[in-house]
Amino acid sequence: MPNHVERGTGPARRGLRDSEKQLAVVMIAPAVLYIVCMVGFPFILAVCYSLSDATTGDPSLHFVGLGNFKAILQDPVFRKSLGNTFIFTLISQTLVIILSQALALALTQEFRGKWLARFFILLPWTAPIALGTIGWLWMLDSIFSPFDWLLRAVGLLGSPQALLGPLSNLYWLGEPSLAMASVVLVHMWRILPLATVILLAGLTSIPHEILEAAEVDGAGFWRRHVQITVPLLRPIMSIAFLFGLVFTFTDMTVVYVLTRGGPVHSTQVLSSWAFFKGIEGGDLAQGAATAIFLFPLLAGVAALILRLARRTEIT
Amino acid sequence: MGSLKKICERGTLYGIVTFFALFSAFPFYWMVIAMFKRDHDLFNPAANPFLFNEPATLDHLRVLFYDTHFLQYLWNTCLVGTAVVAITLLVSVPAAYSLARWSGRWGENLGIGIFLTYLVPPTLLFIPLSRMIGLFGLHESLGALILVYPTFTIPFCTWLLMGFFKSIPKDIEEQAMIDGCSRMGAMVKIIFPLSVSGILTVVVFAFTLSMHEFIYALAFISVSAKKTISIGVPTELVRGDVFRWGPLMAGALIASLPVAVIYTFFLDRFIAGFTMGAVKG
Repeated sequence: MPNHVERGTGPARRGLRDSEKQLAVVMIAPAVLYIVCMVGFPFILAVCYSLSDATTGDPSLHFVGLGNFKAILQDPVFRKSLGNTFIFTLISQTLVIILSQALALALTQEFRGKWLARFFILLPWTAPIALGTIGWLWMLDSIFSPFDWLLRAVGLLGSPQALLGPLSNLYWLGEPSLAMASVVLVHMWRILPLATVILLAGLTSIPHEILEAAEVDGAGFWRRHVQITVPLLRPIMSIAFLFGLVFTFTDMTVVYVLTRGGPVHSTQVLSSWAFFKGIEGGDLAQGAATAIFLFPLLAGVAALILRLARRTEIT
Repeated sequence: MGSLKKICERGTLYGIVTFFALFSAFPFYWMVIAMFKRDHDLFNPAANPFLFNEPATLDHLRVLFYDTHFLQYLWNTCLVGTAVVAITLLVSVPAAYSLARWSGRWGENLGIGIFLTYLVPPTLLFIPLSRMIGLFGLHESLGALILVYPTFTIPFCTWLLMGFFKSIPKDIEEQAMIDGCSRMGAMVKIIFPLSVSGILTVVVFAFTLSMHEFIYALAFISVSAKKTISIGVPTELVRGDVFRWGPLMAGALIASLPVAVIYTFFLDRFIAGFTMGAVKG
């Protein structure tokens, strides 16, 4: 790894310092300005909305204090959304961290048709998520689902004695628990390639000699994996986890396309509820207040993992 | 013994890879099937859905290309993507170079600060941004998307490039500067050519991110002819509650494949940019 410690500054370079400082500021200014105007300002505006009674019809700001937060905290749909956001994110990301290790380890090996396998495995991440989710929507269709057809074909569904009941379909997106499982599955499906790709990069950076030495010393596959690979991968795993967390936690596309939060809000998440409330319902104030719950959680988690990653790098 | 162990290992390897490849690609395989199936076959719950029980048809493709704005969506997406890539490069490359080379304590923090803005979700910014776009007179125009999409491409790409520039030893441009190059000259002549793979990664990433974006597009654009792929296909091919599954699947597949191919082609560079940008605080 390259050394980033400041090099000693000779007298010749000291003369350049002032102009370099100006250049640094000029080069960084457009990015900072853009972010202040297009992220910072709207963010503050969103906070203002959440403290007001603004609606689409009357978007002027009359401050009402924390009234919106009090109201949404008493709303059972909001509580359900808050819980679902955590449940969906944690379950899908736990599965991703476990499965991506297996997949990344497999992809470090050479085998026939590897490029094709890679292409297939990356598809959920490379394809626009709204379009990939539409594929799932058709696969989880209430009447024409191929899963239901398979279950009927093997006799698990659709006959009076069948294990999964006499109905001809499971109604994947109509049954609350199945709908929740479907959302988790699609989130996992989508993030798995990203986590795998990140872990793969970490794996290829581990020196072969260490693993070979351990193998010579008689360490088996699991011992090598748990005692050498995983500790060395920890910073990169945190990064993979961080990105997965962020993408899943803030995403509303999967829920919007798949279930629209239904049946009866059983798959509603914070961002989809904010969208339905603030956009389709026209209640800018409560929509903004709902969405603001996403931010501190994200910032906290991100700061934590960034610190973790940097500390591991130093030691 | 040795060879038996080897066979077991290969078997496990192929088993894992096949399972995940099927899991990942199945929705797209399902799109291929729906794309060529006749409606009568598609909507028959008794028929085996994995096979063509009736001859294949190109009807869905005909509907997609002649009866919908699909080509227009593709064109809009390319237009927005290209503009966003250009803006992102113009803003991110200098910022990332500056942060990578002159980062003291505040530079480091500023870098992290820029990255953290990426975590502000579209659902939070949508309401105020739509009002701002109205004020700029960009309602129902691709300009709205071009203006807003850099909110996620700039933080992310700056972060990626920062890690990339840090991996290029300072000595290289210092040497050039001792030989009489200015800082700008060293940057343009020495550093940029060395960063081609990092910059390409950012191009691919910025394009992919803007192609994927769903929420802003859904919120800002409702005129059919101005829609991008990711909202045009799901919203325009569903009429009321009626899903036109054949054209819908065909559109989803045709829009997905080109990005997937480019992505896979750039994969190695992508990984390099991603992890270096990510691991280096």
